[in-house]
Amino acid sequence: MADKVLMKGNEALAEAAIMAGCRHYFGYPITPQTEVAAYLAKRMPKVGGTFLQAESEIAAINMVIGVASAGKRVMTSSSSPGISLKSEGLSYLAGCDLPALVVNVQRGGPGLGGIQPSQSDYFHATRGAGHGDFHMLVLAPASVQEMASLVFKGFDLADKYRMTTMILADGTIGQMMEPVSLDMGEVISYDKPWAVTGTGGKRTHNIVNSLSLLPEELEQWNIARYERYAQIEKDEVQYESFMTEDADIVCVAFGVAARVAKNAIVAARAKGIKAGLIRPITLWPFPKAALKKAAEKAKAFVSVELSMGQMIEDVELAIRCSRPVLLCSRVGGMIPTPEEVLSKIEEAQNAGRCE
Amino acid sequence: MKRVTLFAGHYGSGKSSLAVEYALKLASEGNKTVIADLDIVNPYFRSMDSRTELEHKGVEVIVSPYAGSNVDVPALPGEMYRIVDDRDYKAVVDVGGDDRGALALGRLSGALKKENDYEMILVVNFLRPLTRTPEEALQVISEIEQAGHLPFTGIINNTNLGELTAAEHVYRGLEKAERLSRMSGLELLGSTVKQELLRDIKTNGVFIPIKIRHRADWAIF
Repeated sequence: MADKVLMKGNEALAEAAIMAGCRHYFGYPITPQTEVAAYLAKRMPKVGGTFLQAESEIAAINMVIGVASAGKRVMTSSSSPGISLKSEGLSYLAGCDLPALVVNVQRGGPGLGGIQPSQSDYFHATRGAGHGDFHMLVLAPASVQEMASLVFKGFDLADKYRMTTMILADGTIGQMMEPVSLDMGEVISYDKPWAVTGTGGKRTHNIVNSLSLLPEELEQWNIARYERYAQIEKDEVQYESFMTEDADIVCVAFGVAARVAKNAIVAARAKGIKAGLIRPITLWPFPKAALKKAAEKAKAFVSVELSMGQMIEDVELAIRCSRPVLLCSRVGGMIPTPEEVLSKIEEAQNAGRCE
Repeated sequence: MKRVTLFAGHYGSGKSSLAVEYALKLASEGNKTVIADLDIVNPYFRSMDSRTELEHKGVEVIVSPYAGSNVDVPALPGEMYRIVDDRDYKAVVDVGGDDRGALALGRLSGALKKENDYEMILVVNFLRPLTRTPEEALQVISEIEQAGHLPFTGIINNTNLGELTAAEHVYRGLEKAERLSRMSGLELLGSTVKQELLRDIKTNGVFIPIKIRHRADWAIF
């Protein structure tokens, strides 16, 4: 029998961080991700790590920059309004080419919004969450198990590419409980010759910095960074296909919306509609090629989101607007029901016919 | 049977589910029953979620007017004093998780002790990450008692892995619960087992059959 435990999504991601070798966590409590901090407050001292409740989200992200500069694995977490506060730091992390893991357990917005689940920070996460040209690796868990496995993978990707990995979860996945296997495999360790760890008098000192005094140099930094991004778009795209082989209607959804969509797709199939799902696991890089390929057969697409329609733009771009793309969404902390998704699938069936 | 039954424990231990099941049972036996959701910690998945079913089956529900809404304040309703004031009712109390959740109990503990007709039950799931051992559960007991100013009187072993629970999990949980009972001096009142599994259990003990409440919208994954 596999050794499983029953965990909340927020606990699973916290434990996975420890298993990935993260010994530094800085955060500030906010619903619905407070369990991450509560869990790590109890666990970090037991594994010789540092848990620190910062005086603010801004302080926490700058502590992350410090630890990342020293070459150690480090994490912070928050929910939507807190992530807005951290955005300046996210830009500095990118400008310094530092690896870090940042978790956003999204709630309804904008502003203070509400505490119920949402996916309306999709633009913020995938379009560069701060000033300047940059991307973060954005991973979207849809189960408690994935909260653990994507955090583990996220730390690896961050080190591999010297980038911030953002876990873009939603309140539901953070709060729900499911059995989890914490068998995460081996931690791969990366050389970090750039880290600020003391020269020991044996080398010139490293500088971690996002400021360049020369425009020519700053341009080159940006270009080099985007070459790395191009490589990532080629190598690191991850998605799940569900009943897409013969699908006329392809739903696209991530996180809790993908779970609702799957249940709707099974119901649609029972009614004789050939529906399927492409679930992006990496939101950046976005599974463009998979969608473009699906558009060769599919008659129409349905983007299921807990936002007013953000990912739908990436769906339309990926398929070059070659098919109708319908939006099925609820916002403000509401979650679409399988019935709502099913009726949108039926609408898409008709829209596809008119083409 | 005591007039007031309180369920407390580590968050996610199954307190709310058990409190709901127990309140429904009391009402079905013809008792005037009230359930109070005193959870000031958990934003989602609360006993309040079963409000419609509870009220339909004759259980009165006391809950913060803000529960399940977007108002993120740890507010308790004044109505909660009915638990101690209105002795015509059997009262079931769903205490918030951990010591922080139990803080709210401090407001009632004096009256509960004075009436001295209550049961304070620890709900424990040994397959939760921070209560894997009887020693860890004992720590939770002492933290909650200090925060809530009310001593426990018994234990319900709710060791489970949700849908994936097998007989083996029940046996191992039972062993740990018995050890916790010996260590704490608290009576082990019983162990929950999901209905479908009950006939596979081949060991002695008090077993409480339970039905797992699904979130059907997310069932297939």
